[in-house]
Amino acid sequence: MAFRTFLFAIVLSLGAAPAWAQETPAPPVEVPDFEEGGLTGSVTDDSAWQDLGIAIPAFATNREAPTPANSQGTTALGLELARVVFNDLRNNGLFRPVGPDALPRPTYAQITAPAWGTWQGRAAEMLVHGYVRPNDDGRLTVGCYLYDVQLQQELVREGWVVAPAEWRRAAHKCADLVYSRLSGESPFFDSKIAYIAETGPKDNRVKRLAIMDSDGANHRFITNGQSTALTPRYSPDYSKIAYVSYLNGYARIYVYDIGTGSQTLVTQSQNPTFAPRWSPDGRTILYSMAAAGNTDIYSVPATGGTPRRLTDGPGIDVGGSYSPDGSRIVFESDRSGSQQIYVMNADGSNQRRISFFGGRAATPEWSPRGDLIAFTHIAGDLRIAVMSPSGGGMRHLTSAWQDEAPTWSPNGRIVQFFRTARNSGETSIWQVDLTGRNERRLNTPVGASDPAWGPVLP
Amino acid sequence: MKKMALAATVVGALALTACKKEAPAELPPAPQSTATTPTPAPPPSGPVPGTQAHFAQAMAGRDTIYFDTDKFNIDAEDQAALREQAAYLQQYPNIRATVEGHCDERGTREYNLALGERRANAAKNYLVSLGVPADRLTVVSYGKERPVALGSNEQAWARNRRAVTIVLN
Repeated sequence: MAFRTFLFAIVLSLGAAPAWAQETPAPPVEVPDFEEGGLTGSVTDDSAWQDLGIAIPAFATNREAPTPANSQGTTALGLELARVVFNDLRNNGLFRPVGPDALPRPTYAQITAPAWGTWQGRAAEMLVHGYVRPNDDGRLTVGCYLYDVQLQQELVREGWVVAPAEWRRAAHKCADLVYSRLSGESPFFDSKIAYIAETGPKDNRVKRLAIMDSDGANHRFITNGQSTALTPRYSPDYSKIAYVSYLNGYARIYVYDIGTGSQTLVTQSQNPTFAPRWSPDGRTILYSMAAAGNTDIYSVPATGGTPRRLTDGPGIDVGGSYSPDGSRIVFESDRSGSQQIYVMNADGSNQRRISFFGGRAATPEWSPRGDLIAFTHIAGDLRIAVMSPSGGGMRHLTSAWQDEAPTWSPNGRIVQFFRTARNSGETSIWQVDLTGRNERRLNTPVGASDPAWGPVLP
Repeated sequence: MKKMALAATVVGALALTACKKEAPAELPPAPQSTATTPTPAPPPSGPVPGTQAHFAQAMAGRDTIYFDTDKFNIDAEDQAALREQAAYLQQYPNIRATVEGHCDERGTREYNLALGERRANAAKNYLVSLGVPADRLTVVSYGKERPVALGSNEQAWARNRRAVTIVLN
């Protein structure tokens, strides 16, 4: 399935709807330059954002009509669209949004010419308006507008044409638009997560490969659980998932084609192979192979071919995560006597240790922004931590009994990991901001582990 | 050890072959003259010799060896258990076995897959050093995926850090 053909961004024409009568005439104001307010670039102090109120009323429609996207028609769909935007921005923790269930519904004309009086009375500095229009071919046109209530000014707008089954993506695109415009960060809501769904008792766990949207919607099982599946990774173009399966009785890596439903082996080797990783350009797959008590990291073209051995030593070298520019790989190795984190060039040269802070360090993942490496720090408990690519500035993001296997949101802002409960061994997926704040659990139908976040969908 | 194995093989083979047309030149030694009888008359309900069920019963727990945290070395207790496993495998030279390596839950998933392979490989190497041909042994790692003890405490973890030898039926 090529998402691109179902989603077109459109340029919205300036609304020609008549302006609503204002309660007080708006005085001419000087428009401040938002780019000077320190809102762009890397945001490290978020305290100012948490007071930013954003009103997100229901989206309006120009024509009430049935649609496959909602059993009650386009008006009801407009409410659902706003709810998705609201939940995206609320769970993010950066803003204080108010959702459509607590707000009056604007009319279609008001979407492009807001009734400022309605919104100025509430504690909302920002206002999101949107519309959904049913097209003759069954698709939907969704428009999204962000307004500054104080200045009575539009900040940004965008629109998309989507197939009815993809309506949630339009809402995520709207949330991304609002989020990136206000925070200066790159978007990430319109993305998908691959993970392992877990059921059953601790000594007989059923583990299935599954996928879902970044907010947990559109959940789908990929494998049936007859063989244990582990550690999935989306390819950067979302067409494939590389994962470990015990289908043949031992750990092997399969590349599953989502469109065709078929899968191929990454390598024909009879040795255990695990820890699959994609390069940022999707052309190379890293994997770890264990032979005669020694595990090393290999790379192989994603389309198949001759593997290339990157590490070659007596220790266990496992994992590997590319820097965003694809030039370096961070991986874990116990060659020093305990699990620690190393960086090497993508061809395996210049391997050097970067973790020197006590305890053990494992499962390193390079942020898509390039500025941080997330990893599991083992010192008694297992905790999620981050550090710079040179190994400095180490700090913990979580503090529980067993948190492990962090991966990044596409914009490098949020770390996703799984948490294991003591004794029961039950697992769940959690997210935390890179500042360590806003730790929250992701809703999944059953137990969940090994989460991997794909990039933003184009 | 090897002589007994050879005698056992000969006795076993003769017990299974069809009738010969002429009497052998030399009578084979009576089965009860050897110290270990490889094939005692099985009770009707007992496991078939040379199968996993029979092996597990014969080993009575010594089909499993245990490791310290993050370690994969074979200690004296492990050696004793592996010697018994090797003896059994040499009594039934046609059977193959796999060694499974396991870890406790108190580590990361992918490293534990590697460590499990290391443990299984260490056990396999020791069996080979005792005379079991390497081509009869395979190695599998389950990392921390297959615990037998369910608690989150030292005793449970110690029971899960193991290598188990399984006879392939």
